[in-house]
Parts: sequence; structure tokens; C-alpha cells
Amino acid sequence: MIEFIEIIFTAGFWAATIRIACPLILATIGEVLCERAGVLNLGIEGIMSIGAMVGWMTVFLGADLYTGILAALIIGGLFGLLHAIFTVYLGASQHVTGIGITMLASSLGFFCFKLILPASTTPPKIKPFQPIDIPFLSELPFLGPAFFQHTPFTYLAILVVIFAFWLMNSTPLGLSIKMAGENPMALEAQGIDVFLVRTIAVVLGSALMAVGGAYLTLSAFDAFYFGMINGRGWIAIALVIFASWKPERALLGALLFAGLDAYQVRAQQLAGAVIPYQFFLMLPFLLSIVAMVIAAKRTRYPKALLIPFRRGERH
Amino acid sequence: MIMTTLLKVEKITKKFGDFYANDQISFEVNKSEVLAILGENGAGKTTLMNILFGHYTPDAGNVNFEGNAIEFGNTNNAIKLGIGMVHQHFTLAENLTVLENIIIGRQSIFSLSLPKRQARVKILELSKKFGLPINPDELVANLSVSEKQRIEILKTLFLDCKLLILDEPTAALTPQETDALFSTIRNMIETGLSVILISHKLNEILAVSDRIIVLRNGSSVGEIDTNSADRKKIAEMIVGKKIDYPQKKKIPRKSKVLSLVDVSYDKTDAPNLSKVNLDLYGGQILGIAGVAGNGQTTLAKILSGHFKPTDGKIVFNEAKSVLTSPKSFMDLGVAYIPEDRNSDGIVGDMEIWENAIMTEMDDPYLRNSLGIINKKTSFDRSENLCETYDIRMQSIRQRSRLLSGGNVQKLLLGRWLMRKPKIIIACQPTRGLDEGAIASIQNLLLKAQQNGSAIILISEDLDELLTISDDISVMYKGMLSDPTETSSTDKLSIGLRMAGDGFL
Repeated sequence: MIEFIEIIFTAGFWAATIRIACPLILATIGEVLCERAGVLNLGIEGIMSIGAMVGWMTVFLGADLYTGILAALIIGGLFGLLHAIFTVYLGASQHVTGIGITMLASSLGFFCFKLILPASTTPPKIKPFQPIDIPFLSELPFLGPAFFQHTPFTYLAILVVIFAFWLMNSTPLGLSIKMAGENPMALEAQGIDVFLVRTIAVVLGSALMAVGGAYLTLSAFDAFYFGMINGRGWIAIALVIFASWKPERALLGALLFAGLDAYQVRAQQLAGAVIPYQFFLMLPFLLSIVAMVIAAKRTRYPKALLIPFRRGERH
Repeated sequence: MIMTTLLKVEKITKKFGDFYANDQISFEVNKSEVLAILGENGAGKTTLMNILFGHYTPDAGNVNFEGNAIEFGNTNNAIKLGIGMVHQHFTLAENLTVLENIIIGRQSIFSLSLPKRQARVKILELSKKFGLPINPDELVANLSVSEKQRIEILKTLFLDCKLLILDEPTAALTPQETDALFSTIRNMIETGLSVILISHKLNEILAVSDRIIVLRNGSSVGEIDTNSADRKKIAEMIVGKKIDYPQKKKIPRKSKVLSLVDVSYDKTDAPNLSKVNLDLYGGQILGIAGVAGNGQTTLAKILSGHFKPTDGKIVFNEAKSVLTSPKSFMDLGVAYIPEDRNSDGIVGDMEIWENAIMTEMDDPYLRNSLGIINKKTSFDRSENLCETYDIRMQSIRQRSRLLSGGNVQKLLLGRWLMRKPKIIIACQPTRGLDEGAIASIQNLLLKAQQNGSAIILISEDLDELLTISDDISVMYKGMLSDPTETSSTDKLSIGLRMAGDGFL
């Protein structure tokens, strides 16, 4: 029994937690930006998928890893723009558009992958980001291997949290985004273009989602294959509610889910003979639902979420 | 004094489809003056202001502000020129603080810093100068209506506005808060600002404005100096015909229809009631006065079956069945006019005929043999309703939210009156309506009384209570006073009791 508790005190568990959390952190913050501005982005799963493909392919075709991230960022932003054109400017249903974008982006991503690499049976590989040791800190016992021996992409994800926190709390744009999702008329009455603010938020948020996808192919693994996002986008949608639409709490939620996931893998190895492994696979989802139910009780949705804004309409 | 023109509006026309919301409207606003724009709901006041502020683009016309032509459809341009607007429905984000709501819009959204510290100093300065006390760090969701309005005014002052447009600013204010707002307005005028005040409340306009423009059906029908204004004449100018003011007649009282015995309500979802006793007779109008939030709405919801009392008894004269739902109250002949007619009375997105027959669905006349709605008889019934109660609309196939407040109320009241109700619970039935509509609704209530209905009239408007009710009770902190005959009481004594005088 004591082994189950000891898992938590291994550096490997914490390192894995951070690794698993990164794509979720990026995707959740991306979704937070969109929803805070009043636009639900269900394109997240597909945008992560095409971000993973484009990032990987860019590197596979000879560019360096950072260019790969940039490529993912751009393709994510473009799909965000598509989502914004439909939901913000044309006022189409956010649910339908989002699901459509997920189907389009994930299929298009795999289609292009097959076009470029038609013959590959085993997925080809690239050399992904390598862990770097942070001077001094990485040599600390326990803390070093747990937190300070990650890839640069991992640290980038943490920087994104800080960036998002700063954006939402200390800039006119962040304030405008929060207002656009609460009462867009208030924003327009102050002379700010609601459409522009919402579009910026959706483009920026979608770019982050794609980068979250690229983390999988450029840092966590080294290959791309169909279906590799495996529901991480949908988890991010749930984490946004857990996070009460706040970037700093998105970090917490992603770490919690990732921690449960890292734990179950290790618990499986200990008890695999007695308890079916599917039970452990289920655990993080089950516990996330419990955490969500508790957290969602006192949560406050952005009031204008899902409601298209139209100018000059009689109210 | 030399008048300098600040704003010059020339021949503004705005159409929605075939409907002229504004038709060739021209006027001017001078420096340091309060111009009132009066008119019924739907006369085009708000449309006109939305054009000035850049929400709408007019189909024709010009607006000059300090000699510069206003660029239409661009609120940013209006703000830069110095026009500020306080909308009837507040434009505040409740998830942000007061400070955040005020400073947004000062910088470009691409600016990297948010100078909260300097802003706070300026806000507190303005707050002091104009007598608008606020706490900059409070979340807007926690504020009262009048506090929110202060924020709205500060928002425009913060952006250095020279002309402030106030759209129905007193709609949700108590009389004291209204007085405070008016002294703020006078304050602003003294510092050289100009104000356009939109309202349909004549008394208020006469109290605070310098000049009055009356709009009717989208056109300007007159301009009057407030000093030489005649109240009755303006009221008729607004409506466009003679108003039929209600005349109270003495009605013989019939048998008792309803009693409440020690009814209490003790839950957290609404203001509570403690031991309310009440007797109601056929042919009686019992007025219930009180400041909003003292339990009147709870009482109305109990009397219509929406809430269950936690203690006490409701005794109907003819009750045979157990009272379980609003439907069982309806079947007993209780009609309920809800306080918020647009959200609780009608379904705005459904057509007028659908709303007109909504409560009549158990009537076999409106169904065919398969149990499906019979459109022909339903249309007939609706047309009949609209004609009988003078509901003005373009067609019964129109969406109900496009009706003006007075017409929505006539639809609601008419729908009940068709059923010849024994008891009518009317909650703030004339709130927010214009003079003509108020008179029509009050006349309808008096007519129902003559036909033998017993009416409970819950109102904050003391003039209304004194004009049409037979007896008046006062509600204070969930307690209800014994009724006093209307003829033996006056505004002052009711006002005192509304403030708690005479309650333990």
C-alpha cells in the first residue's frame, strides 16, 4: 500500500506531470482567451491536431524547431480567423462552427500529411526538443530532476501563463476582452470595436491551441500520427470551467489533471495484475469530473458567451 | 446671456424597414442648457440619440457638433468630439471593477499599459466635483441601480464629455435618488456642460429642463420653453389626442373573495413576509404601497401560486380543490399581472397572436379535432382581443417584443379580462409607461372593478394608488398594515408609513 503513496515522492512523477500538463496549459489558456471574449471555440481539438502536424512537418522538411512552433502558431491563428469570421462577423452558431472547424482541421491536417508522406507505414521521426539543465537549480536533489530539467518548449508554456496573466490583468486589450465577453454593448459605448476585440482574442487563443498541439510532436514525442490529440482539446474545454476563465487557475487545473494522469500510469504498473488497467485510465477523467462539479458550483460564466454581437440592431 | 450653439441636428431621418423611426427631425442644443426630449415609448427618442452617439447610421440628415460634422455609425468619433451617453440599459460589465469600467476606451487596445493610478486620481476628483460618491475598487455586480448610474455618468465625464445624453435616467430610481440625479445635472450645467434628457415623465422634465422638444411617431411636434409650459397641453401633445383621465366611481362592495391568515414566507430566494393578514372583497381595489423590495413581489407571487407560503393560510371563497400550482389559481379566477411584463408576462420572440392565446390553450374552441391549434379561430380571438383593448400593432403575426410597453400591458391585461377574472393581482401595472398608456390601463382596471372583480394593486406610484384604489395598505419589511380608506388618507401619511412609521 505504501508504494502508492511513494509515487508522489518521486521526481519522475513530477517531471511527467509537467510534461503532460504543457499541451493542456497552452490549449486551456487559448480557450480562456476565446471564451472570455464571448466566443466558445470548439475547434480546439482540430486546431491542436493541425498545429501538431504543421509544427512537426515544418521541422521534418528541414526547418529548425522554433520555426516549427512559429508555423503552428500561424496555422492556429488562421483557423482562429476562420472561426471568427463565421461566429463574430456573421454571427453563426458557435457550436456548429466550432465542431465544423474541428472536423475540417483534423482531417485536413492528416490529408496533407499523407500527401507529403504517402508511403510511410511506420511514422517517420524528427529530433525533438531536448531537455536542458538550468544552471545550479537542476542540480538540486529532487527539485532539480522534477522541475529544472525540462525542454525549452516546457518553459515557454510556463511563460505563456505569465504572458496571459499580464495580458488579462494589466493591458487595455485584456480589459476589453473581459468586457466583450460580459457586455459587448458596454465596450461599444466606450468607442471600442467589439468585432475587432473578439477577433483578436479568437485568433490569439487559437494560435495558442495550435502551439499546444505542436508541443506533442516537437517536445513530448517525435512523430505525428492521426488521432494523437486524443481528446486533450475537450479536456481543455472542461478545464476552462474549472479555471473560472482565469489563466492562473488554468495552470492549476492542467497540473491537477496531468498529475492524476501521471499517477495512474505508475499505479497501473504497481497493481496491474490485480486491478484492470482500464480502471486507472479512467481515474483522471473521473476525478476531473468530481473536481469540476465542486469548482463549477461557484463559477460565473461570461454573460455574453455564445451570444453574437450585432451593431445598430434594435434591442 | 449669449447662447452659443453646441449641437445642431438637421433633418435626421431613420427608417427600419418601412417604418419611419425618425422623420426629418431638427433641433439645436445650446451650451449650459438642459434640453428635454419627451415622447411616448416608440416615438423615436432613443433611435435619435443612438444616431447622435454613433450606434446607428441615419438614412438622411446632418449633425454638427461645435461646427464639426459628426461621422455617423462611429461611437468612437462621437466620444472624441465630446458626446457622452448614459443608456437606458446600463452599459457596464459586471465582472469588472468600477475603475476598470471607467478607464476602458481611454487608450488604444494595442497600448501596453493601463494607467490605473492616474485614472483613480482623476475619477476621485470628478466624483468629488460632481457629488457622485463611488468606490473605484468595488465590483460593479455588487452595486445598486443608482450607484451603477453614477458610474455611467462618471464614465462620460472621465472621457471629457461636453454634451451628456441621458436616456430615461430615472426609470429605475427611487424619488430620493431622482432628486440627487437632478442636482448633479444642475451641477454639470453650471460648469458649462450641456445635457439632453430623454424621458416620458412630465413632472421630472418640468422640474429640471430649460427647453422641451416633443416627439410623436418619429416627428418633432413642438418646442416649448419650460418656463411657459402647461402640463396638460404637453401631455396631450405627446399623445396626440385628449387623454381620458380615469374617473373613480363608487362601487357597492360584494362578498369576501379572499383572505390571507398569518401568511409568512421565510426563504432566501426573495424578500420575506411575516404574518400578513388581508381580506379582499368583490368590487374592491385594494392598493398596496411600499418601497420596492419590501415583500410586495413575494406577496404577489404567493397570491398567484408561484410561491408557496412557508406558514399561514390562503382562503378563497370558492376554493374546492387543493391549490398546488399557478394553474390551479388561474382556474379559480385569479389573474396575475407580473411586475416585469417583458420577461414574465409575454414571450418576446413569439408572435402577438401566440401570446394572446397562450393562457387559453384549454379552450376547445382554439383547437381542431386532432387537438392541434386551430389557426383560424386563434387568429380571430387575437384580432378581437387587440381590437377590444386597443392594442396598436402592425399585424398579429408581428413578434411581441416590438410592441411598446403600454401595448404589451394592454395585451396582458386584456388576455386576463377576456376570462372575466374574480381576482386581479396587478403588480406595478403602469411602471415605465407614458401618460396615455397609464390612463388606459387604469381605466381598464376600473372597468374590471365595475364588473365585479376584486383587485390588488401593488404600486410605488402614490398618485396612482390615491386615484384608483378604495383602500390602501402599506408594506414594510414584509409586514402589511391594516387598510385605510383612500378618502381618509394622503400622500404624506402613506409616505411616512412606507418609511416604517407605525410598524413595530
